[in-house]
Amino acid sequence: MKLPRARTAKRRRLMILLLAGLGLGTAAALTLTAFDDHLVFFHTPSDIAAHKVPVDRQMRIGGLVEEGSVERVSGSATIRFRVTDLEHAIPVTYEGVLPDLFREGQGVVANGKLGADGTFRANEVLAKHDENYMPAEVAEALKRAGRWQEGAAKPK
Amino acid sequence: MNWHRYASPANFKRLSDRLMPWTAGGAAVFLAIGVWTGLFASPADYQQGETVRIMYVHVPAAWMSMFVYANLAVAGAAALVWRHPLAEVAGRAIAPVGAAFTFLCLVTGSLWGKPMWGTWWVWDARLTSVLILFFVYLAYMALNSAFDEPERGARASAVLALVGAINLPIIKFSVDWWNTLHQPASITRLDAPAVDPSMLVPLFAMAVGFTFFFLAVALVRIRAELLERRLEALRHARVAGSTIVERA
Repeated sequence: MKLPRARTAKRRRLMILLLAGLGLGTAAALTLTAFDDHLVFFHTPSDIAAHKVPVDRQMRIGGLVEEGSVERVSGSATIRFRVTDLEHAIPVTYEGVLPDLFREGQGVVANGKLGADGTFRANEVLAKHDENYMPAEVAEALKRAGRWQEGAAKPK
Repeated sequence: MNWHRYASPANFKRLSDRLMPWTAGGAAVFLAIGVWTGLFASPADYQQGETVRIMYVHVPAAWMSMFVYANLAVAGAAALVWRHPLAEVAGRAIAPVGAAFTFLCLVTGSLWGKPMWGTWWVWDARLTSVLILFFVYLAYMALNSAFDEPERGARASAVLALVGAINLPIIKFSVDWWNTLHQPASITRLDAPAVDPSMLVPLFAMAVGFTFFFLAVALVRIRAELLERRLEALRHARVAGSTIVERA
């Protein structure tokens, strides 16, 4: 069967477009796979425990602020706390103003250097918000019902 | 259905005449509901407090930035493969609207980030990929009007729109593929949405309102663009006509 010329031209252009799209998609997928772990915004305490992270270089660590670990050093603005991913934990010291959302059990990303003694000296602390949005009354009700699992959720 | 019918400017004018009051009216009604529920008739968040209300602008703007871009890519494909004149016009007309939504998304996100995260901006995968989307919109607009013949501009920018479409899945899944400061998706997840129903009402009202608003603005802009082209054609015809007269 012979198609009219205008239709074959359209079909040819469509085929070129689909092939180009396929090629571009494959290239993008390969590039993104190659990036893999290098595109991460922060490293987890487990990464550091597995020695996947260089010591004494500026980097970010992320995880949850361990419950009961926050202590303020009296007479200075220094704060000590531990960042955990529920498998490993890293002690952090920070001097400065903390964001509103910083609290125990909440996600946090700290920017700084890992000292040789294993303590992370942060020069910037960012709070990480989770994907849950609810009114205070609902949060209270969940806690009362024992269905609260904020600290138990693994940070992403 | 024969879509070519809607590709002619006269038919488009008739169709847009009929759609215009519905899209504009829908935008007014849903944006009013969204603003009212978002600002007054919804609770403060248990952690973010009142700052959560920024979400009712930020999230719909983010959705629209990607929805408009998807439209731009489809218009680009139609312009390249089927050479639809209306597809060329539509792409040119909606690109600035998409750029505006992306800008709104970036600005409101920044305003939320400062009090909540403690920073205006970070270079994580989600924020960076959305910033790239904004630049692709700007590049599309620049390329589109960089040629003397509008057709060549339309074709070059259509190719750009299709190449840039690879960014859409990257934006969507950036929060799942990599560690980001930006939180993962709350609405489109396999289990129930992680947003309380009382907060979903303003969120969805705003999203529907934004969509109607986009449709109304797109219709107006496409019609203006069609009129402009006709004016240009008439002017050319007149200039050509007058030279003929002079020669005679």
